Amino acid sequence: MHESVLVYRRFRYLKWAVTLTVVSLLAYIFHSPAEPANGGTWLGYTLGTIGVGLIVWLAWFGIRKRSYANPEIKLEDWLSAHVYLGLSLIFVATLHTGFQFGWNVHTLAYVLMMLVIVSGAFGLYAYVRYPKLMTENRRGVSLDAMIVEMAEIDRETRELGAKLTDEIRDLVFDAVENTRIGGSVRRQLESGRSGRTVAAIARIREIIPLPSREQTEDGRRLISLLTRKNELVLRARNDVMYKAMMDIWLYVHVPLTFALLASLIAHVIAVFFYW
Amino acid sequence: MADKFKVAIVGSGPAGMSAAGRAAESGVSHVLLEKADHLSDTIYKYQKGKFVMATPEVLPLRSPMSFQAGIREDILRTWDEQTAGHKANVRFKNEVTAIKGQKGKFELTVLGGPAVEAEYVVLCIGLQGNLRKVECAGADRPWVQYQLDDPDAYSDETIIVIGAGDAAIENAVALARQNKVIVVNRRDEFARAKQGNLNLITEAIDKGVIECFYNSEPKEIGDNFIVLTTADGEAKVECNRVIARLGADPPRRFVESCGIKFPSKDRAALPELSGSYESNVPGLYILGALGGYPLIKQAMNQGYEVVEFIEGRPVKPADEPLLEAKFANINAGVDETLQRIRQNVPLLSSLTTLQLREFMIDSTVHTPPRGDVIFARNDYTNSLYSIVQGKVGIQVNPTNPAEMIELGQGQFFGEMGLISGRRRTATIVAASDDCVLIETPRRSMIKLVNSVAAVKKVLDQTAMGRQIQTQLAPEVPTAELQEVVETAKIESHPAGTVLFNEGDQGDAIYLIRRGSVTVSRAIAGRNLVLSYVPAGNYVGEMALLSRAPRSATIKTAVATEVVKLDGAAFTKVLDKHPSLREKLENKYEQRMVENVRMEEAPESGGLIEFLVAQGVGEATDVLLIDESLCVRCDNCEKACAETHGGTSRLDREAGPTFASIHVPTSCRHCEHPHCMADCPADAIHRAPNGEVFIDDKCIGCGNCERNCPYQVIHMAAKPPAKPGLLQWLLFGAGPGPGEDLGAKKVKSDSPKLAVKCDMCKDLAAGPACVRACPTGAAIRVNPEQFFAMTIRG
Ligand SMILES: Cc1cc2nc3c(=O)[nH]c(=O)nc-3n(C[C@H](O)[C@H](O)[C@H](O)COP(=O)(O)OP(=O)(O)OC[C@H]3O[C@@H](n4cnc5c(N)ncnc54)[C@H](O)[C@@H]3O)c2cc1C
Ligand code: HEM
Ligand code: HEM
Ligand code: SF4
Ligand code: SF4
Repeated sequence: MHESVLVYRRFRYLKWAVTLTVVSLLAYIFHSPAEPANGGTWLGYTLGTIGVGLIVWLAWFGIRKRSYANPEIKLEDWLSAHVYLGLSLIFVATLHTGFQFGWNVHTLAYVLMMLVIVSGAFGLYAYVRYPKLMTENRRGVSLDAMIVEMAEIDRETRELGAKLTDEIRDLVFDAVENTRIGGSVRRQLESGRSGRTVAAIARIREIIPLPSREQTEDGRRLISLLTRKNELVLRARNDVMYKAMMDIWLYVHVPLTFALLASLIAHVIAVFFYW
Repeated sequence: MADKFKVAIVGSGPAGMSAAGRAAESGVSHVLLEKADHLSDTIYKYQKGKFVMATPEVLPLRSPMSFQAGIREDILRTWDEQTAGHKANVRFKNEVTAIKGQKGKFELTVLGGPAVEAEYVVLCIGLQGNLRKVECAGADRPWVQYQLDDPDAYSDETIIVIGAGDAAIENAVALARQNKVIVVNRRDEFARAKQGNLNLITEAIDKGVIECFYNSEPKEIGDNFIVLTTADGEAKVECNRVIARLGADPPRRFVESCGIKFPSKDRAALPELSGSYESNVPGLYILGALGGYPLIKQAMNQGYEVVEFIEGRPVKPADEPLLEAKFANINAGVDETLQRIRQNVPLLSSLTTLQLREFMIDSTVHTPPRGDVIFARNDYTNSLYSIVQGKVGIQVNPTNPAEMIELGQGQFFGEMGLISGRRRTATIVAASDDCVLIETPRRSMIKLVNSVAAVKKVLDQTAMGRQIQTQLAPEVPTAELQEVVETAKIESHPAGTVLFNEGDQGDAIYLIRRGSVTVSRAIAGRNLVLSYVPAGNYVGEMALLSRAPRSATIKTAVATEVVKLDGAAFTKVLDKHPSLREKLENKYEQRMVENVRMEEAPESGGLIEFLVAQGVGEATDVLLIDESLCVRCDNCEKACAETHGGTSRLDREAGPTFASIHVPTSCRHCEHPHCMADCPADAIHRAPNGEVFIDDKCIGCGNCERNCPYQVIHMAAKPPAKPGLLQWLLFGAGPGPGEDLGAKKVKSDSPKLAVKCDMCKDLAAGPACVRACPTGAAIRVNPEQFFAMTIRG
């Protein structure tokens, strides 16, 4: 049955990653080079090579993900390994450097790597946290269906508003026109109810009761419709926000991966030619 | 005074048109009566530009008219020209409403033209039937229409849609995008519609997008209004247009009124015909789709042949070379072999020559050497084998292949897979050197079973005996089961039927031979599902053993067939065979334990109930997504598209969810695939591992799309090829793997064919969707196993 990436195959890749980390640490502790620990010792070379190997392999995931017809690939397997071995890089690479940081291309590669790892860790967090929230938030109704219902409510509230006072008509019109779902990246990442709708509801509450009984009733109905609409706005915005959270980090993770690969090439060339 | 002809041909489809052409060519006095104002109405109504296929390719065409695969328009134009060229005598807008008389003097009543008298009648009116019309005053107004080609052609109108079937719903929903739509439903629900359409329409009505009058019927149609009789009186509604989608009356009633007999009431039954297509009414011939030949080329060949038969010029049927090729591996002539089959196989002895020929064209002749496996236990195949010669062995004990029961000449096997739609229960091997076996696909067997009552009877009786023996009482000698078998009855029930209720008296045991049931009990006022029991198992043993009232309610999960065993007769067997009693008691105890566990975990019961309500009970393999893991990346859909010619066969987002288990719109590989029912080209099959797939014989008729209750088939043209992965990665050549084709239009010369999930049967590693899911949210499971795991916790 269903098995998440983290527990996949009874933590097989977590075990691999821990082993790699522990071995690197022990080697680092017992290794006593003549000079201070750095990438130039035999252990430094070894850890560096392992590090580059891992990075290339981690980046290869992007290609693997798209090799749909390749029978050897079960993506969950790859992602589980990607996550755990990716995290073990923190140790492997740091130990390789021997903590010799400076303002140079070498440290640039290191920083880029850490950024990729941090963004990956955020992604993992998003993958674990948001799917469930998204399902609960939807309650079986798709985003499209929510939007259809909101449009229907908009139509009705406008009609009602037009039947009441000019002020109410303008309030409703303004609330409808200025309530957006999604849009720019910032908008996608923020959730919440529509402020204008909240304001409109509060103002209509204030001026009720209206002159005639019928109008008062329409006003009440308007309030309940606007409230329902605002609940939908919140849910729709949440939906967009969850999806954006699950997507956005990849826009950091992937470009930085390319930058990392480039700076690594520079690093390796630099140490061979100018060291 | 009626016009007199030698041959009257009714219906100008491929069959009728070809017959008229042949008659004209050879100077036979004839008339072709067609109710439409053009030739071949069925093909005329295909969608514009449809690519018409000329299958089966091996079958030669024998007709004065030409036909080859091509665009609908070209084919119709050629036929028009050739019909005129041969000077065939066609009368359009002449609908035949009655045929009376006998050979030598038939009288045809014609609506829209003079009556006709003829010595012979050739009936080839196809299966489309007559559209049902609205029956009320004003129904003939020009703004009452029965078809809707392009819903987007209308806007800002008020449109009344009458009807509650799929066509009505699809039209209503499509029209509602730009119009105000009011649906008129004669009943209080949309019972006939597919689940997906039902969801669409109820959602639209709940939201107020579409208005619906239930329990209502049109009473009068006026200039710009319609009057409805509703449950609370009459209602007058203003409107601009009325679209009535009331379905079609199948032609069967008309055909029966001409004196032609059908062997059974079943929808799939075909009239019985002689080798020269003559029906039980001498002088009245039936051709084409109506006679059970659903392809254009077959129908055209028959049109030619029937004129030859009437003229007394015997012709070898055009399918002769096909049969010759079939029988090549046994070195015998066609007639001789057919004769031998009829003699040696009692199951097939009641078939007419024509039926046997058709049966053999669909079948395959095998001559396996001794020891060859015919099919293996747990295969998903569902064909039936008849033994023309030689012996086969059934390996009854999976752990010891040497333990075999033998079947000899004239017997058949494989009927269990055919009936239950499930895996084969035993391996069968050839047990002599001279084996000759006929393998018949499920589809042809179903047609045969429904057309020849004798076949159904033999098949059912044998299957019932074998099933009681193998699934209930293998240790009891066959002779001692005789009373049980004789008192047993086969019952079929639609989905949702209660076999018995908790607390009922009764001691019958039910052996499920097809479908599945749920077991439930009322707990704290709620009906709690405790278990799911698929075909091949029995229920009802608890009451028999405990002599107490029924302890639970049994309800069919899908359309189900059971063998009902008489309690008294079975008790006698139990008394004689303590080991059998013990086996049943063990099962009983195991079920008790499971029930208690389920009562403590009502959510699992809820999940089973939900999945059963989604029709998962009839699935053999279903895609389930755990929404608490799914990150909505749609990589599953992309993988599907990338491995299947660019079109995804699954829709992740669509479909219902319960307790975070989501059932996306994707093929479930049903036990009895609805999609297979009416495929004229016989292009849908089940592979040994259970995958239901469509092969390249598909002609794009869309029947499967309509027949699948789960909306998982669609018609799609092959999109153009994409650049490779490296080209995309290094040079930015778009679109990349998994990306949309964007605005690039699909070339119009690739025909639209049916596409559906084939469970990636050609990829060794299994379904691409599941393998492409990075988070493990998507799994494909056999529901039976899934339920078992849910129950065991
Ligand atoms: C969408 C679709 C796509 C298909 N694609 C293909 C394909 O690509 N290749 C293929 O080989 N087959 C295809 N088929 C199957 C094929 O169309 C039929 O098998 C074929 O048309 C049957 O021919 P017929 O002569 O038996 O009857 P029909 O073609 O159905 O013709 C019957 C004719 O009889 C007339 N008629 C009916 N009642 C009366 C009456 N009472 N009086 C007078 N006239 C009457 C009708 O108007 C009609 O013109 C397809 C079917 C469908 C529905
Ligand atoms: C083939 C693989 C590698 C080789 C051969 C290699 C080689 C070296 C060498 C020889 C040094 C010592 C340079 C010096 O003392 O000035 C060094 C330092 C360093 N390496 Fe690597 N390296 C490799 C991979 C990596 C990787 C994967 C990273 C991290 C992304 C990395 C980051 C660094 C850093 C930050 C230093 C310290 C720079 C400094 O001393 O100022 N290296 N490497
Ligand atoms: C230097 C180390 C890493 C590199 C070079 C790297 C590279 C990549 C690449 C190229 C992809 C493919 C993205 C795409 O094409 O859509 C990817 C995906 C991903 N990575 Fe990393 N990654 C690294 C480390 C990590 C770490 C440490 C984690 C988690 C803790 C992580 C989590 C993920 C996740 C969750 C995905 C998305 C999987 C998907 O949705 O298909 N990565 N990574
Ligand atoms: S591939 Fe998996 S995670 Fe992605 S959408 Fe499909 S089921 Fe969800
Ligand atoms: S296409 Fe539809 S009917 Fe056919 S097997 Fe799949 S789900 Fe069943």
